Formats: sequence, C-alpha cells, structure tokens
Amino acid sequence: MSQSGLRERAKRAGLGRIAEKIFAEERLTREDGVELYATPELHVLGELANHVRERWHGDLAFFNVNQHINYTNLCNKFCKFCSFDRLPGQEGAYQMTPDEVAEKIREHLHEPVTEVHMVGGVWPKIPYEYYLDVLRAVKAARPEIHIKAFTMVELDQIAKVAKKPMPQVLDELREAGLGSCPGGGAEVFAERIHREGYRQKISGDEWLSLARTVHEAGLRSNCTMLHGHIETAEERVDHHDKLRSLQDETGGFQTYIPLSFHADNNEWTHMSKGPTALAELREIAVSRLMLDNIPHIKAYWILMELGIAQTCLSFGADDVDGTVVEERIYHDAGATTPQETAREELIQAIRDAGRIPVERDTLYNVVWSENPEAMPEGTAISDIAAHSASV
Amino acid sequence: MTAPTTVATAPPGTGLDSPCVSWRAPLVSESRREPVRSQLAEISAKVEADERITAEDALLLHERADLATLGRLADLVRWRKHPEPIVTYIVDRNINPTNVCITDCGFCAFYRRPKADGAYVLDRDVIIAKVRETAEQGGRQILMQGGHHPYLKTDWWCELIADLKERFPEVNSHALSAPEIDHLAKLDKRPVEDVIADLKAAGLGSVPGAGAEMLVERVRLIIAPKKTTTDQWLDVHRKVHEAGLRSSATMMFGNVETAAERIEHLVRLRDLQDETGGFTAFACWNTQPDGVPEAHLYPPKVSSGVYLRVQALSRIFLDNFENIQTSYVTQGMKMAQVTLRFGCNDFGGTMLEENVVSAAGCFHLESIQGVERQIEGAGLLPRQRNSWYGIADDRHDGECFPSNASDAATHAAAKGASA
Repeated sequence: MSQSGLRERAKRAGLGRIAEKIFAEERLTREDGVELYATPELHVLGELANHVRERWHGDLAFFNVNQHINYTNLCNKFCKFCSFDRLPGQEGAYQMTPDEVAEKIREHLHEPVTEVHMVGGVWPKIPYEYYLDVLRAVKAARPEIHIKAFTMVELDQIAKVAKKPMPQVLDELREAGLGSCPGGGAEVFAERIHREGYRQKISGDEWLSLARTVHEAGLRSNCTMLHGHIETAEERVDHHDKLRSLQDETGGFQTYIPLSFHADNNEWTHMSKGPTALAELREIAVSRLMLDNIPHIKAYWILMELGIAQTCLSFGADDVDGTVVEERIYHDAGATTPQETAREELIQAIRDAGRIPVERDTLYNVVWSENPEAMPEGTAISDIAAHSASV
Repeated sequence: MTAPTTVATAPPGTGLDSPCVSWRAPLVSESRREPVRSQLAEISAKVEADERITAEDALLLHERADLATLGRLADLVRWRKHPEPIVTYIVDRNINPTNVCITDCGFCAFYRRPKADGAYVLDRDVIIAKVRETAEQGGRQILMQGGHHPYLKTDWWCELIADLKERFPEVNSHALSAPEIDHLAKLDKRPVEDVIADLKAAGLGSVPGAGAEMLVERVRLIIAPKKTTTDQWLDVHRKVHEAGLRSSATMMFGNVETAAERIEHLVRLRDLQDETGGFTAFACWNTQPDGVPEAHLYPPKVSSGVYLRVQALSRIFLDNFENIQTSYVTQGMKMAQVTLRFGCNDFGGTMLEENVVSAAGCFHLESIQGVERQIEGAGLLPRQRNSWYGIADDRHDGECFPSNASDAATHAAAKGASA
C-alpha cells in the first residue's frame, strides 16, 4: 500500500508525527489521542484510521443476523442518560418470564438468526435462578444460537444475588448457555462522570476488573463508550487507554463499539443533543487509532443511521452490527432508525461503501461471504483478510 | 366486483434489471493498486492544481475511486470556492399551486390527472395566505411549481406573480421549472423567450432547476417520455439566463441510468454553464420510488453511500458552479451534515411547507433551528441567503451581494465572461 500521498497530507495537516507512528505501528499516547480529537482535518484523520483498518481487515466489513431481547426494564441504577428504566408499578414496567423470552426466540426461528443479544435492567429481587432459566429457555428454543448476554453491570448484580464468587457464577451461566458478554455499561470510566451521571452503577475500575474476570474465565466480550454528552476529549482518551491496557493483559475484547448518547426522555436531555454525525465519524476514527490491540471497531448502524455507518467503513470501522430484530433501549431514547434491516439491505449498504460484506457469527467465524471462491469452508477470518489485502 | 389486476412487468434495463442494481462500488483496495492508483493520483493532481477534469476522469472517479478520496477532493474544491467556513440556507416555502398534470411521469406520486380525485388548483387567497405566513417568518423565497395544467396559461402565472410581488416585495418568486415554462410556451403557441420575458416583467426573480431528472434521452424516454427533452430543458435555462435571470440545476439519479449517463448529465450542465454562467447552484438526489405510479420501473432506492459518491463527484466535476446543495429531504439531517465535508456548502431551503416529496406539512419553525444545529455541529457558520446566494444575515459582516435579481444578472454575466 502506498503511503506517500497520505504521509504528505498528514504532514501538511500538522499530523506528520502521529502519522509516522501509525505507519510504524507504534502505540499512540493519550496526548496524541487528544490531538486527533481536536484536529479540523477530518479527512486526514479518516484516512489514517482507514489505513489501520485496512491493515487489520483489508476490504472486509462484518455484519451478523441477530436478535435483541431486553428481558426487563426494572432497574435501580437511575442513570441520567437512560430512557429505558422503570420501577415496579410504573407505567410500562415489565419483566419477561423465561418462557416469554423463549417465545421471542421462537418468533424468529424461520430467520437465519445466529445471535441473541440479551441485556436488561438491574433489579435485585430477580433471583439467580431466573438468569439461568432464561439462558436455558433460549437454548431449548434454539439450541444452536449464540447467547451474548449480561453486561458487567448485570453480572455484578447476578453474582450478588447468587452469593457466589464470580468465576463460579460465570461457569454456571456458561453451563446454562451463555456464549459471550456484550460491552455495555462501561459508559465513560471517568469518576467525575460516574458521580455525576450514574453513581449507583459500578465504577469504571469495577467494570474493568469484572471484564478481566470474564476474560480469565475464557469468555470473550466487547467494550463500549457512551459518548456525546458531558465527557471531554481527555476523558475519552483515558477510557481508550484503560481498555487497551486491559486488552494487553487478557486479549479478551473482540470489538469496541462507540455508543452515541440519545437525548430524548431522560435526565440529560438538557445537557446535550448527542454526538453529531461528524462527531460519530471522528469517534470511530480516533478509537481505531488508539485501540491498536482490539481487532474490531463497530459502527452500530441502529444508533447512527445506516448511511453514517456506511461512511464509517471508510473512517476506521469494519463492522456494522446486525439486522437487530427489536431494539428497545435506544428507541425509548429517541432513536428513529427502523428496528430491522433486511439482510440484503445491509449487504448492499456494505457493497456501496466499497467493502466486501462478510456475515459473521458472534465470535467472528465466517457464516457467509460475498466471495465464496475466496472462502473455502472453514476459512478463518484472518485468512480472508490476508486474501483481500493481497488480491 | 373486483377490478382485474394486471401486474406490470419491468422492461429490460428497468426495475431490478436497472444498471443501478447491478452497479458495484469499487473495492477500496482497488484504488490502491496499479493501474488505478496512478490514474487516481493523476486526477487528484489536476483537482489539487485547480485544473478542469474531463468526462473520462469523472467516469474513472465514479467507477474506481474510494469514497475517502472523493470526499477529500470534494472538500478541497469546496474550501477553494468558499474559503470562509460558511454554510448558507434560505428560509422558504414550497407552494404547489396545482397538482393537475398531463405529463404522467411514472416516478411522481404528487400529480393527478385533470378531474381525477384529489386534483386541485389553489385559490389565489390561499396562496396569498401561505406567502403571508412565509413573509411573517422572515422567509425570502417561495418555490412555486406544480403540475403541467392544461388550462393554466402564462397569464394566470403572470397575474399571480405580479400580485405576490406587489403584496410581498421582500419574498422572491423562485418559480416554474423548465418543463413548466416549456409547457406554457406550448399552451400559448409562442416562443419560450416571450413567455420568459412576460414572467420576468411580472416579477419572476429566479427559476428552479427541477424537472431535469436525467438529462439523457435514453433515460427520459423510459422515466418521463412526455416531459421536455434534454435539449429543450437546457434551452429553456439558456433563455432564462439570456433574459438576465438566474436558475439552479438538479439531477435525479438512481433510476434506470448507467454511471456514464450520470456523467453525461453533468457534462451537459457544465457546458451550458460555460456558455451562460447563469446557474447559481447544483443539487442532486436519489429517486424515491415508494408509492409512485410506475413503481415497477424503479429499483430499490440507492443507498446513502451512492448518494455521497455522486454528490462529491458533482462538486469535483462542476468546477464552474459556485454552490452545491445538500439534499436533507432525501438523506436526512445527519447525512446532510456529512455532505458538508463531502462538497456541499449550501443546505437548500428550510421548506416551511413541502408537498411533493413528503405528505403535506405545515410550519416547522424547528426546521430553521434544526438546519442551524447541523451546520454548527459541523463546526461551520450557518448564514441565511437569498435566492441568488447573496448572504442576507445580520450575523454576516460583508455586503449582501447579489441582493436582488438585477444584481444577480450582472453577476451572472461577469461569471459567464470569466469562465
């Protein structure tokens, strides 16, 4: 790949020093990250992120066919950015029974869903057995489905109610069907924001420590950051730095997903309208450059709109998430994207962005690819990436 | 009794057989490999040196360039044309005096045949009330266009425009697309220039760029066979410019055209602009096929990625157009913000009312705030403009030029001579 044009443009944009580090695959400092958040040279930033993205994945862009289930909205955390939580007796409060969860799974048996993403509120009266029963019910309804469930915040609660050590809880959840953990609940690790916005929730350090335990138990997980509210560039960069330090230790994170703050119907409505489209592009680009040891950066289309996610595929992202049957948390907060995108539409969107669509499962095994001849059965994703980079 | 249903089948090259469906964006990695890498570098160098690119260059960009390169080059041209970090928009309202139309375009969900259910002609009083509301909101323009009504002749329009001009001198009539003017000439059985002269004398201030669709006869014969031809569309605009009026230009893509035909459209516009300098701006959008009469002819809507490609390319290719407008109506406000870094420097109108693309809406004051928020969110300065792209905003230090149609006419001539 020729770097001469980009090298020259980065120099002119005042990003020459950072660009040289990127070309040499050196780790960027937190100060570098802050500088990247501040640069007006959005296109150069995007090109640099794209360069790294293509080093990892060539032309490949991943998606999956998935289903979301939010098993309860009962929650005692009172996070100010949340529009989804309810207390018992409040209008719209609900908790699904394991059978109701299974019914949601059965509703989509005719569709090629490979993953269920299952998260919910934190409610201490829910017994430990419930979580195990929900996992078992899902597996009974669709044995081959991968269950990606329970953020670190929920796991903390589950272990409390189980009154057992976390490693044992994780073993039992896995036994019941848990496949991996989603990345939510990280918000921003900065203690300032934790105190201001979600003080009842586990702290950033606790989140990281739980993620370490999850990885040590042999489970993969994702990581996130809720951005576009009251956080500063320094706080974002610190967040990235903590994630990559833990990743150096465990290697257990698969994907980083920036989550755009949505401002409707919550206590932070007056604080921010949420990130602009250009801020979303920038977050994707900076995180791709900072998180040099996390394989995937996801442009979660349902939060951004599909067109923005397409654009992100040239600004550092390599994943757009999935078809998402039924999403409630962000739609309660004002997301207006359709809740389901046909597989074909996602594939076309990826093609139109100049990328090769690859349907993956949760653990990034290939389910389907646009170029079957490039993909003998059992091909690992790294093989295709190498192939697409060498064609 | 149920009416017999006939399922219209799409002729070859239309519907799912459209070239827009089989078209594939180039893989990004292709742009890094020879010979494409060198070809793109050569074209980039031309753009960076402010040299004109050829139609072949444009086609190569369309077919081989990655989105990042297109965005970078379009952004570069945008800043060269407009070094100040300003994005303009106009407070305006769309008024469609009639939806009666005898042109039967299969992609139009707005029109009604004469005497059909829902066919209407607005009373003068209704139009006046709408313009009054617009004026009270500080609106500077009404975009008036509508169906090709078989009986509403030039006189009807001249009376309306003159009446509005007298009542609301600060609101410009930006009215009558080229196909409508051509239609009036046919109804009157007299030359287009005479119709334009009458409309101008009545107070018409500028002409919208609608009805261009694709300026390629092969495509027009499929999507709008009864509409003004490519040559006629261009000729009406030429005569509008010769009469000292300015107009805008558009392109509706993503129907049955090929990539080369998109370029052909842009070539025709750039050539005419070389000749007259009378175009103020260019805007493009993708065909919106939901619920249109001849839905079977149209492929699914092309995605935002394709829109971004075509829009950026138009900024790069149309080197003699000052302004490129975004299309937030079709792309949404978030994508519209992205286009501000992919070549667009104008947000178009706030459209306090819009009937053709959407269902009838009323005043949305937040639309002004919404537009400003998107522009500010991009780190740019929102400024209101008039129909001739003079900045008319208290927040702006510079002089408002052009400030009216006759200023603009002089301006146009100067541009034409220097092009």
